[in-house]
Amino acid sequence: MELQGDQLACNRGGREVFSGVCFNLLAGEALVVTGRNGAGKSSLLRMVAGLVRVAAGQLALKGGAPDIPIAEQAHYLGHLDAMKPALTVGENLQFWTGFLGARRDTTSALEAVDLAPLADLPAAYLSAGQRRRLSISRLVAVPRPIWLLDEPTSSLDAPSQTRLAQLMREHLRTGGMIIAAAHGAIGLERARELKLGSA
Amino acid sequence: MSAFASLLGRDMRLSVRVGGGALMGALFFLVVVSMIPFAIGPDLALLARIGPAILWLGALLASLLALDRLFATDYEDGSLDLLMMGGMPLELAVATKAIAHWITTGLPLVIIAPLLGLMLNVDLHALEWLALTLAAGTPALTFLGLIGAALSVALRRGGLLLAVLVLPLTVPVLIFGVAATNAAIVGPAPFGPPFTILCALSLASLVLGPIAAAAVLRHGLE
Amino acid sequence: MPVIDLANPTRFLNVVNRVLPWLIAATLILFVIGLYRVMNAPDDYQQGATVKIMFLHVPAAWLGMFGWGLMSIAALGTLVWRHPLADVAGKAAAPIGAAFTFICLVTGSLWGRPTWGTYWVWDARLTSMLVLLLLYLGVLALYWTAEEPGRGARAAAVLSLVGAVNLPIIKFSVDWWNTLHQPASVFRMGGSSIDPALLTPLLIMALAFTLLFLTLHLAVMRNEILRRRVRSMRLLQAQKLVEASA
Repeated sequence: MELQGDQLACNRGGREVFSGVCFNLLAGEALVVTGRNGAGKSSLLRMVAGLVRVAAGQLALKGGAPDIPIAEQAHYLGHLDAMKPALTVGENLQFWTGFLGARRDTTSALEAVDLAPLADLPAAYLSAGQRRRLSISRLVAVPRPIWLLDEPTSSLDAPSQTRLAQLMREHLRTGGMIIAAAHGAIGLERARELKLGSA
Repeated sequence: MSAFASLLGRDMRLSVRVGGGALMGALFFLVVVSMIPFAIGPDLALLARIGPAILWLGALLASLLALDRLFATDYEDGSLDLLMMGGMPLELAVATKAIAHWITTGLPLVIIAPLLGLMLNVDLHALEWLALTLAAGTPALTFLGLIGAALSVALRRGGLLLAVLVLPLTVPVLIFGVAATNAAIVGPAPFGPPFTILCALSLASLVLGPIAAAAVLRHGLE
Repeated sequence: MPVIDLANPTRFLNVVNRVLPWLIAATLILFVIGLYRVMNAPDDYQQGATVKIMFLHVPAAWLGMFGWGLMSIAALGTLVWRHPLADVAGKAAAPIGAAFTFICLVTGSLWGRPTWGTYWVWDARLTSMLVLLLLYLGVLALYWTAEEPGRGARAAAVLSLVGAVNLPIIKFSVDWWNTLHQPASVFRMGGSSIDPALLTPLLIMALAFTLLFLTLHLAVMRNEILRRRVRSMRLLQAQKLVEASA
């Protein structure tokens, strides 16, 4: 499986955010996107996720299921947590596994992020870090090959960051791909770097 | 559990747990309909004649109330992005949310309408026809309102814009809904034709609404 | 024991637990006496036995208004004197008062149908009772949507005081406007105008319903205090879980 981006350009609000971006990602590889604020890191991730239109260039996934759009083979972990405070932790995750069509057990996913004892707690009581971990559990519970992570370590304390790095390595080991936008190190040593806005 | 059942279940559960749920819409309906006789005066004959119109307008306003937040909450917490990345087509996801909205907001209106009709001196035997036309017409109000809800999220404006956009779209529904109810009460004009057209409008909006709303969300949220 | 001691919820609960059985007994006894008198009361020469709806309808009307009066006093307790249990008293009175107002409207409607020929008219007395019901529903909606018990309390207290303006309007409405509804016949200058054969059972039933209101009110207050305790304990437990897994 191979994810190819060729001369990608993006327009947001009438202004060109980036252009001429190329990358090539094979199964088991990770790409870290860096650049100053406003360079378009989030926009690039959202473009691969199908949430932002490709203004120019080509985005193609070779080797995956041919007639399924990239968006349905990817997970997007953005700044927002997509979590309803009125539902419990368990109910939030069960909704996403049900909606995204996974059969994987939610308990093991919650255990993977150390949230299993809080499963019956209303999500309103969670701290910011725990909300982030709940979002991450969604990636574990629903198997999809591409992970698009926008500053995944924000709000996470050191032990949680280590846990996230473990989950990311496991994902790559099983043939997945990761594109992550980050300011600093996120625990993927052998990731390639794509620097935006260096002109 | 299928995607449809998950989304429907979640939306209904949220609507019950957050902000008073079904009862708030019915309460608003009750309050609005009660205001009219204060304004018009206790002329029972007049109230009986315009009763169906008052009830339809009240149902329309009450439906619009909750539509405002239909997509807004999902947009604000990032769920809308993920809903667009699911296996379910966005049109279907949007339609599912509308169905959940109708069950929790529209259906209570239909149930409470006969009681309010009684207060407006509407003919007793016409009350069940009134409920029937509302049951056939309120889905149209919800599904057409989807378009306004999607626009107000895409344009980042709320409240009154939604009403301004949706109300003109609902004019045919209003016309045929009131016509059908009046036909049931007064009599000479048969009930069938306006009621059938009302059902046709609802069915058409079931298709048109989600398609338009999904298109707005896709292109408007970039 | 001075009233001020009842400000402590635990002590209040103790008092309620001791007083409630006596109140329930007194209520039951009064109802038995009242119903006996109602059954033996004479029929109206025009309305027949339907006049006996009055024994439910009139006390319900009085208690509907009494409930709002109670809420207004509780509101003063919340806003002015800062009594700790005042908002609980107000919150407990709301559903009971709303229920009695609803019973008043429904029984009045059913009574009006054979007597006046219609289920509902928009005359001053009925309309102001309907407005009272809408105000009750508004306050109840406020309580339902408040996320924590204390938050809705001040807003509800203000709403209670504003709505209290409606009560004198209801009382005097039938004197100010010529309406279909019966003019004041019990609480009037110059003594009541109802025959004592109907007046005495009416007053007994009114007393019985008032005791019922107070019994229910104390029970609901007790429930609300316990409910808040359960909520605090749950929050504490949740906090412990969150800290343990942080």
